[in-house]
Amino acid sequence: MSHHIVEAVDLQYTYPDGTAGLKGVSFRISHGESVAIVGENGAVKSTLLLHLNGYLTAAQGTVRIGDYPLTKQNLKAVRRSVGMVFQNPDDQLFMPTVFDDVAFGPLNLGLAKEEVVLTVNRALETVGVAHLKQRPPYKLSQGEKRAVSIATVLAMSPDILVMDEPTSSLDPRSRRRLIELLKTFRHTKIVATHDLDMALDLCERTIVLHQGRITADGPTQKIMRDEELLRSSSLEKPLRMQSCPVCAGEKKAF
Amino acid sequence: MHMADALISPAVGGTMWAATAGLIAYSAKKVKEEADDRKIPLMGVLGAFIFAAQMINFSIPGTGSSGHLGGGMILAILLGPYAAFLVMASVLIVQALFFADGGLLALGCNIFNLGFFPCFIVYPLIYRKIVAGMPTRGRIMLGSVLGAIAGLQLGAFSVVLETVLAGIAELPFRAFVLLMQPIHLAIGIVEGLVTAAVVTFVWKARPEILDAVEYVGVIGKKVEMKRTFLGLAVAAVIAGGALSWFASGNPDGLEWAMFKTSGKEELESHEPAHVSLAAIQEKTAILPDYGFKKAESETAPEVWPAVDLGTSVSGLVGGALTLLLAVVIGLGLRRSKRAA
Amino acid sequence: MNNIGANSFNIGYLDTLACGDSVLHRLDPRAKLIATLMFIVAVVSFDKYALSQLTPFFIYPIVLISLGGLPAGYLLKKVLLVSPFAILVGIFNPLLDKEILIQFGSIGIAGGWISFMSILLRFVLTVTAALILVSLTGFNAVCGALLKFGMPRPFVMQLLFFYRYIFVLTDEAERMVRAGSFRSFNSRAVGFKTFIPLTGTLLLRTLERAERIYHAMCCRGFDGHIRIIRAMKIRHQEIIFTLGWTFLFIWLRCYNIPLTLGALITGVLK
Repeated sequence: MSHHIVEAVDLQYTYPDGTAGLKGVSFRISHGESVAIVGENGAVKSTLLLHLNGYLTAAQGTVRIGDYPLTKQNLKAVRRSVGMVFQNPDDQLFMPTVFDDVAFGPLNLGLAKEEVVLTVNRALETVGVAHLKQRPPYKLSQGEKRAVSIATVLAMSPDILVMDEPTSSLDPRSRRRLIELLKTFRHTKIVATHDLDMALDLCERTIVLHQGRITADGPTQKIMRDEELLRSSSLEKPLRMQSCPVCAGEKKAF
Repeated sequence: MHMADALISPAVGGTMWAATAGLIAYSAKKVKEEADDRKIPLMGVLGAFIFAAQMINFSIPGTGSSGHLGGGMILAILLGPYAAFLVMASVLIVQALFFADGGLLALGCNIFNLGFFPCFIVYPLIYRKIVAGMPTRGRIMLGSVLGAIAGLQLGAFSVVLETVLAGIAELPFRAFVLLMQPIHLAIGIVEGLVTAAVVTFVWKARPEILDAVEYVGVIGKKVEMKRTFLGLAVAAVIAGGALSWFASGNPDGLEWAMFKTSGKEELESHEPAHVSLAAIQEKTAILPDYGFKKAESETAPEVWPAVDLGTSVSGLVGGALTLLLAVVIGLGLRRSKRAA
Repeated sequence: MNNIGANSFNIGYLDTLACGDSVLHRLDPRAKLIATLMFIVAVVSFDKYALSQLTPFFIYPIVLISLGGLPAGYLLKKVLLVSPFAILVGIFNPLLDKEILIQFGSIGIAGGWISFMSILLRFVLTVTAALILVSLTGFNAVCGALLKFGMPRPFVMQLLFFYRYIFVLTDEAERMVRAGSFRSFNSRAVGFKTFIPLTGTLLLRTLERAERIYHAMCCRGFDGHIRIIRAMKIRHQEIIFTLGWTFLFIWLRCYNIPLTLGALITGVLK
């Protein structure tokens, strides 16, 4: 089961224009963990995620997925076990219909047609959008797009799910539904997000990135209580942990 | 500058379809050979970009009119000629299907007029020669403006040829040319300026994008290839011309063939107009020398000896009736469908 | 400029129609594609003075619109709205061709008018046929048919990508233009000075998007070959549909039904 492990050792990355991105990032995420990666805008969260499936290669440091370091040779295997859900579903859903899109990965894996159809149906049922199968992606709502994006990744049966801002541009109900869905997954989950409330719901562990470095790594509950740490990383307590001004006002009124 | 189905004959449409299909097959093969995985999605979204950008109108200073982006040139500059041709074809296909711009039969003509010239003539022979792998603001400007002018002139001329060869529209060759070419000179200048400005904008922001194209899809590495293309183009135009002359000279090909084989034209007394109609069409459909039809008033009486009143009236009555019948059938179908 | 939204709405609407369910919708796209092409070729193959002979061809769009449950009014409006070039060029016919072809008592109708009317009829017929094809089939299915007919794979694939991203990019263009027009006074068209950075930025964003899409493809095992499952089947319906229409078109092309009919009627009236 050790192949669900994600490990980064001293990752350093500089953007093509010379700005430093990652300045020595190390962590180890073990099987079945749910980890939130939080940090302010430009905290290179996305850059870090792109390293995890070999899209970007660090100038220094290594990424290990399972037992092997990520190299060009095992890129295909790594990409199969690390499923990426992008921030913008319009970039991820590029095929003419939902079915085609979910089938894209399995077909590339060389599955037989009947098997592909089964896999696609299963993935769509898991995220609860089987009825959208023949729809073109531009006729989906944001929440549906997100669900289908996740299905496209699930169809590859990955061990590790990496998600970039999965709750962005979702209405509250779709967001809640997504969180409940993600809770049911037993994959190792790595979620980059600004949505600290979601992190609180979904992830037992949080890594805080600030200016290319990890400033904290620990249990989500503990980190979200540490106002000092959050402030110094340009973050703020999850809304539900802030004292509610409305409720406070009501109390006064009574 | 879209050709329309209504203006062309099957011969012209078919010839241009064949030429275009050949070009698409060839370009697709070339794109495949480049074996650049990124190309297919890139082509798709750039096509969508051209499509979207064409909907943004800009005002042309001092004229009160507005224009929009062309596309063939920008695509060729960003993608190289082969991929650009395929993308241009796609844009035109979608326009034909959804906006009824042109039509399906005229699609071949349109792809040829708006795709072939910018991608395979103008880009390699003008733009690339001027920019020569070392883009500067001035070179991009010169290349784009000259290129856009040349591309549109060729395209417009091609529209004239196709229309005149098809012989459906009555517009004489000379007048049509005099109408089309100057208009498209003006459009060409504007399009060239816009193309240059947009290309320069991209080049300033991401110079590597223009550089990347320099290495792929270079047309005319071998001279024979260029010749093949020009040969194909010329052959297409000639074949189209010959075929459509044949077709329009003999308005009803089937009956003409029947007459040919039986050799008893006189027997078809209820169709007296045909040979003379052929004569009229020969006069109108063949290229330059018919100017404004002076000659026709003299020949008119014999050209239409048999304006058979009975035939015309029954034609009109019958036509109206058929239409009515068709509508009734349609309504009936709809009703039975609802009932079902 | 202000019609960007309307345009993408139009595309989307035709595509929605294609999601409908009728005997015709369920036909294999290849059958519909062939029938449409046959129809167009038959219509444009008439000589330029053909008028009455064209009328029976209306049976095709009318039957398809009825059986397919398509909104006839919408399609008609669409056809009538877009006819600039055909009319522009055709309108010269009456001016240039003044031979009297038909005589009603003292009123003579010039050949130019007849050929102009013929152009308009052809226009309406061919354009309607194309619109019907899309509204009954959907663009993606048409592409599927093209692929089965041996259109080169790279071409069809980029065509599918293109169609997919039309909606995304027209949206983006519209948002940018709207943002621009809030800050300017000319609402009809953007100024030249605004147009360049606007279009340039859209182009740069498009290039970045292409990069991200490529990345997303790689993440799901893209190896340069796009695979797609299309279950298509030629059944009896398809054969009957295609052959039936084809024979009808050939028949209508060879025999002047309206003339015969008209002669019959006028004969009886006499």
